[in-house]
Amino acid sequence: MSWTGKFLRIDLTKGTVGTEELNREWARQYLGQRGLATKYFAEEVDPKVDPLSPANKMIFTTGPLTGTAASTGGRYSVVTKGPLTGCIACSNSGGFFGNELKNAGWDMIIVEGKSPRPVYLSVENETVEIRDAAEFWGKTVWETENGLKARHQDPMLRVASIGAAGEKGALYACIVNDMHRAAGRSGVGAVMGSKNLKAIAVRGTRGVTVKDPDRFIKATIEQKKVLADNAVTGQGLPKYGTQVLMNVINEIGALPTRNFRDVQFEGAHKISAEAMHEPRVTDGKANLATNGACFGCTIACGRISRMDAGHFSIATRPQYKEPSGGVEYEAAWAVGADCGVDDLEACTFANFMCNEHGFDPISFGSTLAAAMEMYEMGVLTREHTGGIELKFGSAEALVKMAELTGKGEGFGVELGLGSRRLCAKYGHPELSMTVKSQEFPAYDPRGIQGMGLTYATSNRGACHLRSYTVASEVLGIPFKSDPLATEGKAALVKAFQDATAAFDASGICIFTTFAWSLENLAPQLDAACEGEWTPDVLLEVGERIWTLERQFNLAAGMTAADDTLPKRLLKDAAKTGPAKGLASGLDKMLPEYYQLRGWTPDGVPTADTLKRLHLA
Amino acid sequence: MAKVTLKLFALLGRHLPPGSVANATEVEIPDGSDIGALIARFALSEKDCHLVLLNGAFVPPDSRTSTRLSPGDTVSIWPPIGGG
Repeated sequence: MSWTGKFLRIDLTKGTVGTEELNREWARQYLGQRGLATKYFAEEVDPKVDPLSPANKMIFTTGPLTGTAASTGGRYSVVTKGPLTGCIACSNSGGFFGNELKNAGWDMIIVEGKSPRPVYLSVENETVEIRDAAEFWGKTVWETENGLKARHQDPMLRVASIGAAGEKGALYACIVNDMHRAAGRSGVGAVMGSKNLKAIAVRGTRGVTVKDPDRFIKATIEQKKVLADNAVTGQGLPKYGTQVLMNVINEIGALPTRNFRDVQFEGAHKISAEAMHEPRVTDGKANLATNGACFGCTIACGRISRMDAGHFSIATRPQYKEPSGGVEYEAAWAVGADCGVDDLEACTFANFMCNEHGFDPISFGSTLAAAMEMYEMGVLTREHTGGIELKFGSAEALVKMAELTGKGEGFGVELGLGSRRLCAKYGHPELSMTVKSQEFPAYDPRGIQGMGLTYATSNRGACHLRSYTVASEVLGIPFKSDPLATEGKAALVKAFQDATAAFDASGICIFTTFAWSLENLAPQLDAACEGEWTPDVLLEVGERIWTLERQFNLAAGMTAADDTLPKRLLKDAAKTGPAKGLASGLDKMLPEYYQLRGWTPDGVPTADTLKRLHLA
Repeated sequence: MAKVTLKLFALLGRHLPPGSVANATEVEIPDGSDIGALIARFALSEKDCHLVLLNGAFVPPDSRTSTRLSPGDTVSIWPPIGGG
């Protein structure tokens, strides 16, 4: 119970649809979603597989609490081998798609092979079909979602699809569901495109059963009250969203600016949460139209923005004048501060492009920032960019490049390679701000030391969502630690990584962790799922997932040498703010981290560690 | 008297004087004033002052009344916030 106990296996090469029973022993060991799907993936796929070949698989997976009454219980993940990174990829999304899939009666969909022609997968409870998608190929995410709802004559249909970025293989293409929620990172959309799979359309009406309904409802009500009473999840996130971080991270001197050359951005306030609330000079309206919630969420951090109708990016394009998914913090930083752009409307337009065409704003913004630095150095010229001046701070360049990248046209094709490949191609690999080929998110490791270790050791390449030590180092949750210190950060990162993996395996949004710990999650899982789920069990599950991901990456060819940061962050000190004079102290944290994990000095789990975690 | 900059963010922004720009206002304080006195002057409750920075560096709650301000300092304050 809480798991449906069955999943779909779709072979696109053969055009077959199969159903299988869930491996209950694996569910006990890996819980669900990120954990369980990674176990299936690691068992079935050669770690050295070419990510864009038919031999790669992708798993759309829910957690046991997905589709239940638990707050935020609407999450799903896509697990595959990432084309951007060559690592295990696990991209998590909200919206309503995950709930619909679970309510259709399926814990997961394993997609394998490659269709000879564009197709989409239609799932209506037990009726599952691979259907022709010729009319949708080349269409945007938004057109595809609306088109499928019209074709099925069902406005409640939930759709996860790719746009041109995924079809044309942009290496950070994402999968977008519900118009503006995304499995965003590591290029999972490019894998979908490589399989000629345009979309998955789901309608589910079967419901989800839990082990002890009375105890479960009582537990979920109690924990919803915890979220409501907490100042962060009950007030801050609904009102200001994640964007409230823009001014904080800038003030503490950890806002990467102009491709990490600086750590503070003079235009931060103009692209912040506070600015999104302020009436515009031009039309008197605020950028923020309202907030929004995903399925079952009682936090509602989502941003819905209405652009200035007179802004140069949309003045002649009425289709962008209606409210749509606005910038979250990571996106606003990437297309804003990292590119030196302080035009909130231009940032919002770039975000619309990411949603409409299906590509990751973090990787896009970071890649564009690297390209801007190469342009200012004279390495890139107007001949490369199609006549566009790619200068830091240019809102015009941002708007143009976002559209070209989304459509896979002009210099946008090169930007779609991602920062590492682009910088290497033009002879400046040192300008790529990446770990394992994935672009950094919005926290400078010189000003928040724990995030340096987080990035270096993340199993999917640079990522903030694998170990959000910002919570402790900056925000004081669950306790305040010094962002400039390296002492104690190895243990902090490990603790965050393991707990986060457990949350990601449950079907719950990680934003609950501003108010919840595993102590709050466990009673809900224990009431919903077969077995006994305590905080200690969940912590062990989290560590097991983390170590399994590590094992996959090592088998794929990664080594300890990949657990590092760009030279700019290790050698060039921050120029301003509290971290002035400080570089990342990764070398002081990494050996201790390996030791705490029970890994060798070369970053390989020891036999004892594997045995303890039942991985050997 | 000394001039310092006070920045109030998120829900605390409503405590700023009308016409404040970029969530900041300039404040004149008696020489030797501390952060606690500045917080009291704007009638900010203790629980709302979750994150207090002096020139970007965190000031723990128990140090606010002992942290003296110098001319040109910037004090930035947030209620409990999260994101990511």
